[in-house]
Amino acid sequence: MYAHWDYAYFVGAAYGISAVVLLGLIGWIVLDQRGRRREIAELEASGIRRRSDDKPKGSKQ
Amino acid sequence: MSDISIPAGRLSDLANPTRFLGFAGRTVPWLSAGAAIILGIGLWLSFAAPPDYQQGTTVRIMYIHVPFAWLAMLCYTIMAVSALGTLVWRHPLADVALKSAAPIGASFTFLALVTGSIWGKPMWGTWWVWDARLTSVFILFLMYLGLIALTRALDDPQKSARAAAVLTLIGFINIPIIKFSVDWWNTLHQGESIFRLDGPTIAPSMLWPLAVMAIGFTILFFALHLSAMRAEILRRRVISMRRMAARRADNG
Repeated sequence: MYAHWDYAYFVGAAYGISAVVLLGLIGWIVLDQRGRRREIAELEASGIRRRSDDKPKGSKQ
Repeated sequence: MSDISIPAGRLSDLANPTRFLGFAGRTVPWLSAGAAIILGIGLWLSFAAPPDYQQGTTVRIMYIHVPFAWLAMLCYTIMAVSALGTLVWRHPLADVALKSAAPIGASFTFLALVTGSIWGKPMWGTWWVWDARLTSVFILFLMYLGLIALTRALDDPQKSARAAAVLTLIGFINIPIIKFSVDWWNTLHQGESIFRLDGPTIAPSMLWPLAVMAIGFTILFFALHLSAMRAEILRRRVISMRRMAARRADNG
């Protein structure tokens, strides 16, 4: 049905698609994190702070 | 009381999102570097291993297909434990863990289906058959898509948390079905060949690359999951800060 050298195309396609999907997933997660950090920085710059950021006395954080 | 105070203290440490962000920040670089090194070695082993006497060089697809399938099930199991965390222990990070795992699990399930299909064409003579193993994994993929949609359907994550947790637990019935489908039904997909009572039926020259790739992808999965959880915690902070800004604006 397929010559043995044809198998290399199937192996290449499997590894290629996997690389594209995994690199896309990694990139999406990294960009998501950066985007949220930027939004928090912008909100803090405009004077918005979470109540939990007002550290209570005696807090170790 | 004092007997349980130590583990309870550790649990509450993990439950604190700020401490979790610190933990993830310290852990993710190490996990990422470890995954890169181990996957590099695994890739080299995968292409250095001899071709199979029947499958020829297509056996190399197995070195990625099997870890993807394993992670598809591991990820859903982690989501089911997280669902219990939401419903039983009301752990603050449980819904974060569930929601952020779903796209990663969907990606690995998609890759397990696609790489299996690409292997199936030259070996079985078909891209797809509706046998019990393939169908149950396809249902797992649909479950992931449904959970991704549900966890992102509402603006308030608290509202979707319980529904997503219940749906995840109902869907968990599919995991043993996937695992034992090759024993319970007559499938074109082969039976268990690694975790068997009488030992693996794979030659060591092919078992090693498979084991190294499985370890590498598992470490990559945990690096991705911790990173996605970090992004989700930050997203919830943005939502609460925007609410505070809106309230402040309303109060003049």
